[in-house]
Amino acid sequence: MTPALALRDVHKSFGATRIIQGVSLEIRRGERHAIIGPNGAGKTTLFNLISGRLPVSSGVIALNGRPIQNRSPQKIRRLGLTRSFQIISFFHRLSVLDNLRCALLWPLGYRVAFWRLLDRERRLNQAAEEWLERLALTARRDVQAGALSYAEQRALEIGLTVAGGAEVVLLDEPTAGMDRGEADRTTALIREITQGKTLVMVEHDMNVVFGLADRISVLVYGHLIASGAPGDVRGDPAVQEAYLGAEAA
Amino acid sequence: MSGATIRRRGGARRTWWGSWAWFSALGLAVLLPWIIFDWRHGRHDGFAVALLTQTAIMSVFALSYNMLSGQSGLLSFGHAVFLGLPAYVTIHVMNAIAAGHLWIPEELLPLVGGISGLLFAALFGYPTTRQRATAFAMITFGIGELVTAAATMFQGFFGGEGGVTADRALNTSLLGLSYEPAIEVYYLALAWTVIAVVLMRLLARTPLGRMAEACRDNHERVRFLGYDPHGIRFCQFALSGFFAGIAGALYAMTYEIVTYDAVGATLSGNALFMTFIGGVGVFWGPIVGAVLVVIMQSWVGLVSNAWQIYVGVLFIAMVMYAPGGLAGLIVLHGPVWQEGRIQALLLSYARVALPGLLAVLGFVALVELGSSVMLGEHEKGAVRLFGGALDPASPWLWGGGAALLLIGGSIARRQGRALAARWALIAEGTSAG
Repeated sequence: MTPALALRDVHKSFGATRIIQGVSLEIRRGERHAIIGPNGAGKTTLFNLISGRLPVSSGVIALNGRPIQNRSPQKIRRLGLTRSFQIISFFHRLSVLDNLRCALLWPLGYRVAFWRLLDRERRLNQAAEEWLERLALTARRDVQAGALSYAEQRALEIGLTVAGGAEVVLLDEPTAGMDRGEADRTTALIREITQGKTLVMVEHDMNVVFGLADRISVLVYGHLIASGAPGDVRGDPAVQEAYLGAEAA
Repeated sequence: MSGATIRRRGGARRTWWGSWAWFSALGLAVLLPWIIFDWRHGRHDGFAVALLTQTAIMSVFALSYNMLSGQSGLLSFGHAVFLGLPAYVTIHVMNAIAAGHLWIPEELLPLVGGISGLLFAALFGYPTTRQRATAFAMITFGIGELVTAAATMFQGFFGGEGGVTADRALNTSLLGLSYEPAIEVYYLALAWTVIAVVLMRLLARTPLGRMAEACRDNHERVRFLGYDPHGIRFCQFALSGFFAGIAGALYAMTYEIVTYDAVGATLSGNALFMTFIGGVGVFWGPIVGAVLVVIMQSWVGLVSNAWQIYVGVLFIAMVMYAPGGLAGLIVLHGPVWQEGRIQALLLSYARVALPGLLAVLGFVALVELGSSVMLGEHEKGAVRLFGGALDPASPWLWGGGAALLLIGGSIARRQGRALAARWALIAEGTSAG
């Protein structure tokens, strides 16, 4: 079976600085995969390469066997890959409802329709209301997104990413800056809304990683040093030295 | 559940209030030519009708500008191009109709302007909307200059310095009107203004309108939702050109002459002034701005040579102290008004307004004295100001003006701070209650 997402010898340099140095990785369909690694390992850069935000220097990235490297973010999104951002990134002057409607418009085929009224589109609004409920934001429906609390903003950020129904979802530190309770609720939310999807996430919180991931890859200074089931990765001496060990010390 | 109920009730109230305001504005626009009636001669007041027509045209123009600035976050310095070029097209079409080469009902001429505006905006907009922010602003400025230069070079289409003239009495009216009297043109302009306003209002509620706002807020995220921001900006730009083109056709029909002024930087600047003075964040803001700027231009322009200074200072003051524009200020007061707490603010407002008014008087005195000296009118001996003849050479007047400005200004400033504190207190109570 073709992997949902496959990276083959991907390199990325900024000038002389090599950030990603020959990463090869296969993400199976339907798995939850976490990418961990110390700060500056290149995790977010890797997401930027996969999602089309940055061009690769060399290598192949394939979505369902189809090369997507160096294509525009919107093309990659239309092919079924979506991502969230580590730094919250939505439409701060639009209401929560409108943020979610924006995420649903393209997948539901509206494009730049200037002859349809948003409020009259039952299918769109039903889907948006459902998402409000799943994200526990129904009470905040008409609030400007910028006025939400931090945890609510993170929930909306995830919702904006997943609402469009893409099958491969990249989440970049979805629980960053959260306390234990918030992180647990977010983990539950992610588990629920990525049911049946392929999930790749960058995460620092080891509770979240080991609670959610089927497999884990460890990225250190642009190299993938390990990839496997949580138990195997935890026991890998190279990982312990490079990452977990450093954290324990 | 209770959230939904409150929401629906709030929504209904807003709609009721909103349509009430719209219908009274429309009623006023329909009735004003009869309220300001020249009873002595038994005819419409020509100046008032001209002013009203201009307001209608500029309202459409400013709203079309706000489709870019407010909705899409695109600052254009060349929007007059999409009023002026369609105005040229319309005036040529009028001449073709008069010569019998074409038959188009006079009532549908604004559509000719609109379609040509759409085409011109699509043509210029395709490369322009690849950019955003500063690069976009610079390119629109360049297009404005380019078209203005072309207007003086290509005599065939633009008629050179003298422009192109036409007679609007075309005898193709579907309603049997001659459109010779200015009042008939006013009502035609008003009808098209209503059409354009309704369409632009609806457009803001479509997927395109909402995505344009999304692009304004965060153009990058839009791409990760599957949209190409260039495509959204392009569609919005082209449609904005459609409405500017309607304004252009009405312009040609009203003035029966189109010169290179219609594509020039001054008119582009006016679009920006009207929109920002009125308020970019509220749909009807630019209409308020259009009314105000037209009044300042025409009315104040009659009594003062320095009206542009007043518009400029007003613009700067709005950008500095009320970036939401007049409409933003009005909307800000909505919740306080509904809570019935507005009385608590009245005294604070009076404390700012009185010294503020003195400062304005002082400023007007200085500007008028200054402009009369510059223009050399002082050789004739006096400046007419506040109903009396004044000697611009008198140091007392200059000193008095400066004193009013400084003292009034500083008191208003201090009281303004007190007002802001009081406002914060009341606004907090409102949101908590």
